[in-house]
Amino acid sequence: MIWNETTECMSRDQMHHIQTQRLKETVSRVYQNVEFYRKKMQAMGIEPGDIKDADDIVKLPFTVKKDLRDNYPYGLLSAHRSEIVRLHASSGTTGKPIVIGLTRKDVNIFAEIVARAICSAGGTRDDIVQVAYGYGLFTGGLGLHYGAENLGATVVPISGGNTAKQMTLMQDFGATILACTPSYAAHIAESLHAAGVDTEKLPLRIGIFGAEPWSEEMRHRIEEGLHIEAHDIYGLSEVMGPGVACSCSMHDGLHIAEDHFMPEVIDPDTLEPVKDGTMGELVFTTITKEGMPLLRYRTRDLSSLTHEKCECGRTNVRMSKIMARSDDMLIIRGVNVFPSQVESVLMNIPEATTNYMLIVDRKGTMDTLEIQLELNEEYMSDEISEINRVRNNIKQKVESVLGISVIINPVERKTIERSEGKARRVIDRRKI
Amino acid sequence: MITQLSVFLQNEAGRLEEMTAAIAEAGVNISALCVAETAEYGVMRMIVSDTAKAVEALREKGFTTKLTDVICVETPDVPGELNTLLSKLAAEKINVSYMYGYSDEGTAKLILKVSDPEKAGRLLQNS
Repeated sequence: MIWNETTECMSRDQMHHIQTQRLKETVSRVYQNVEFYRKKMQAMGIEPGDIKDADDIVKLPFTVKKDLRDNYPYGLLSAHRSEIVRLHASSGTTGKPIVIGLTRKDVNIFAEIVARAICSAGGTRDDIVQVAYGYGLFTGGLGLHYGAENLGATVVPISGGNTAKQMTLMQDFGATILACTPSYAAHIAESLHAAGVDTEKLPLRIGIFGAEPWSEEMRHRIEEGLHIEAHDIYGLSEVMGPGVACSCSMHDGLHIAEDHFMPEVIDPDTLEPVKDGTMGELVFTTITKEGMPLLRYRTRDLSSLTHEKCECGRTNVRMSKIMARSDDMLIIRGVNVFPSQVESVLMNIPEATTNYMLIVDRKGTMDTLEIQLELNEEYMSDEISEINRVRNNIKQKVESVLGISVIINPVERKTIERSEGKARRVIDRRKI
Repeated sequence: MITQLSVFLQNEAGRLEEMTAAIAEAGVNISALCVAETAEYGVMRMIVSDTAKAVEALREKGFTTKLTDVICVETPDVPGELNTLLSKLAAEKINVSYMYGYSDEGTAKLILKVSDPEKAGRLLQNS
């Protein structure tokens, strides 16, 4: 089902027209209300009147996360504080937190785009949605909550964590959709199997997972583990939250709610837009937000766009699944390594479970990459030579993809920290 | 032919003790054991009084276990007995992956992991 067929299936010309109108309004709004943007635009010698078409977006200044930190907490608000009905914030583990203010209209649009996303994933008002994203300052929980309510589905607002209760309520209430991070979904699947629950017999049929990069191989693992169709939902709190984009039944990219968030993909070095199909840094301009609109916000997520009509019927532009964030990139012995590359390899190896950790260290002047991995019990052997055979097989496969040597260390079950939210997959012990 | 219980263990101080504690708490007796190790991990192989109970106790504590068929042979504790035994297996091209054992009061007991435990069992029983 398509939630908002008029918008989601509109012609490219119509969409361009809407984007032009909305972009112009947004630029005027921030120019008038936000000193940060006014000064930036003045310094570049542009004013709102220079934006005559959606394509003029390239004339606008970029916004980066640091700008949000520097203007913490209310510096980038474009609406009066009394118009703000909700605040969201990032955890701020790596410095000052960032704060996002939403007006009533923003909150309604948030619920609209999440309803679109759930529909895109195959959800209907008859579904029971277990929202196991964290509720609170993080946009995941409340975002899915109001989106599912808007759709008319039954929401189980259990929030993240307390896996035993997740499993009980999932069975008692007959949840048909699970929404959480992919790493938590993998953990729930593992826990259900350990408890002897036959997931094939559960009414659960759809997973809506996001908020962290995950590989296609991990998606298949979770689908097998929970006997569901797993969908990828994308978003970031700076732009809105989950639902900025979501995959459809074709599983060939994520449709972006581009009547609200205009995407671009740029070359992160030259900052020039790249062509459809070319990977680069994803950039969003919010074109309907009132509380805190952002111009050309650099997400640091790596993706590519396609404007081709999707077989599902939607015409909205698609972004490729986020396999990596530029922040996650490790440079090991001069080679760029994305943790998701390792995940893709591991999830194709039957002996590997979904629990792994990358440990980067420096021995002398040499960087080392150790992969700790819990092995499937059914492949456990009483012979060291057999365990070593599995270990070498994994080592060869990972090395052929990464191009650097790695150390594979099988570890005991439950040694690797389980995720109830965003998983930590890398420990970098190098002191540089 | 008997069932051997193997446990995967990380090579860390105290880990072996945690495992034996779990078996002790379950009231299971270990009658034979052998550890194979690498720098990072090891495999503890054991013959226990109640395999099912031990597996349950270990799994509960998060240990990875594996059950394997092995053979247990009792021989007189005199020079040449082991060689005699092994030559019987060699003649039938049965491979021995590993073995462990002990001798006490004139008899020796050996646990052998072989490529064909059933056949090896028959061969050695007739001796």
